[in-house]
Amino acid sequence: MDWPAFRLSLWLGLGTVVILLPLALWLGRFLALRRFRGRGMVEAAVALPLVLPPTVLGFYLLAAFGAGTWLGGAFQAIFGRTLAFSFEGLLLASAIANIPFAVQPIQNAFAAIPANLREAGATSGMAPWAVFWRVELPLAWPGIATAIVLTFAHTLGEFGVVLMVGGAIPGETRTAAIAIYDRVQAFDDAAAASMSALLLVICLLALLLVQRLTRGIGRRRHG
Amino acid sequence: MAEAGLSLRLKAATPITLDLALDCAPGELLAIIGPSGAGKSTTLRAIAGLHRPESGSVSCGAETWLDTSRALDLPAHRRRVGLVFQDYALFPHMTALGNVMAAMSHLPAALRAERAAALLARVHLAGLEQRRPAELSGGQQQRVAVARALARDPAVLLLDEPFSAVDRATRRRLQVELANLRQGLSIPIILVTHDLDEAASLADRMLLLHRGRGLQTASPAEMLARPASAEVARLLDLRNLFAGVILAHEPGLTRLRWGNQVLEAAPMPSLAPGTAVDWLIGAGGVVLHRRGRPSAGERENPVSGTIIALLPMGEEMRVTLDVGDPEGRHLTFALPRHAAQRNALAVGEACGVSLLRDALHVMPRP
Repeated sequence: MDWPAFRLSLWLGLGTVVILLPLALWLGRFLALRRFRGRGMVEAAVALPLVLPPTVLGFYLLAAFGAGTWLGGAFQAIFGRTLAFSFEGLLLASAIANIPFAVQPIQNAFAAIPANLREAGATSGMAPWAVFWRVELPLAWPGIATAIVLTFAHTLGEFGVVLMVGGAIPGETRTAAIAIYDRVQAFDDAAAASMSALLLVICLLALLLVQRLTRGIGRRRHG
Repeated sequence: MAEAGLSLRLKAATPITLDLALDCAPGELLAIIGPSGAGKSTTLRAIAGLHRPESGSVSCGAETWLDTSRALDLPAHRRRVGLVFQDYALFPHMTALGNVMAAMSHLPAALRAERAAALLARVHLAGLEQRRPAELSGGQQQRVAVARALARDPAVLLLDEPFSAVDRATRRRLQVELANLRQGLSIPIILVTHDLDEAASLADRMLLLHRGRGLQTASPAEMLARPASAEVARLLDLRNLFAGVILAHEPGLTRLRWGNQVLEAAPMPSLAPGTAVDWLIGAGGVVLHRRGRPSAGERENPVSGTIIALLPMGEEMRVTLDVGDPEGRHLTFALPRHAAQRNALAVGEACGVSLLRDALHVMPRP
């Protein structure tokens, strides 16, 4: 059992959620409520990681992370190492690859809130932030919880992008999914089997957690 | 707490035409009526700050909420309005008490629960404080919405078709409750409805809106008896609308020509002789001449015609007369069914009626 790989995967999953959630809340709500030219284009761009082969996404990210680009160059100038093949680079790549898993459930959740509830909030004297906090967030919570868990679980299972951008450096970029692949390549079927089983259990628990979190919504007091 | 009234001026060409003015005194209930798409809800939303008109002003007491000439436009949450939405728009994740408390951000937190419970009791919902909207009937949801609208201590109460989503019996009950509730309210109340009967039974005054234009503001009785124009009369579904020409004015009456007849009407001295006008005879203004028993009233605007239709409706008989109107319009009136039988009314028979002068209302043409 490659525990460092599991620890790395968990940190990557949590880090991706922390980075992506504020962005997804803003973008998902914006796409749900605003009508503007180019909205279809933005929605297509958000969904792109769903359909793009992970190797293609990984290739472009790798190219963008190189020392010759402004992003890669800036990272190297500040931290003294390359963004590619580092945990930070992996985290950024993972956040980008997970945009649709975070944004789409949140967008759907905000779109499902009837417009007149926001208006009722306003005519009840709530400032816009209060309407967001007391009306929109509680009602969108099932979608937000789904986004969090989907992003986390999908990060654990991400393979192609991680391999392209991170390689498989132990303790730095070798995640559980890649460690399983390595074990299979090395004919270590027992280790691959136990790690696979653990990953399966974690993902199943995550989905059960979503169910629990979203079921309670109808019973909370005063919102 | 006495407040000065609400004053509203709206003018807009898009997205829908608006051209109206209204004033509503503290304690007064003004109904905005008109067909669907007339701009009733938009007007209400403009008062609440949910719709911004091209130009106009909204003020309530000493506060100005909107004045486009000064680029002043307070957002909805800073206007002290209570708005009851057509489908109530209750917060589904909060209890009845939570919904009412949600509109009490102006009060110290410690006072809110007690005040909210008192408001719910006032709308007859004591005991249901912990229910969620989904666990309440339509009528109960409407009461929560009313309590929430009042929770803010609003300077004006706005009701958008508040009775349209419940069954008839509940609607009656809620209308009575509103009539009771408003007696304790000293703020302007604006009720939007497409139901003329509802407006007539609840409102002190009505504003008739058509295609965004305010056509007439008057008490229900005044508007029904003396509509400002033929257009108003048609929108109110008033019958017996005819065309004529002013002949002369005499003390206490105006004479007009209708076809080859001369009629006496309620005085309308502002219209010069020779002016083409519309006129109507109000409900109860048509009196049947009894066969063989002439009475004094028959000298008032006697009109004879032929019965072309008799339609029993409940306890009444609706009689349609061909009265030789130059434009081919018919005169319709109702009388008790037994009276129709006693006078042996039948289709094809001749029939004489009087048009009572005081109910004969003359309207200028635009």
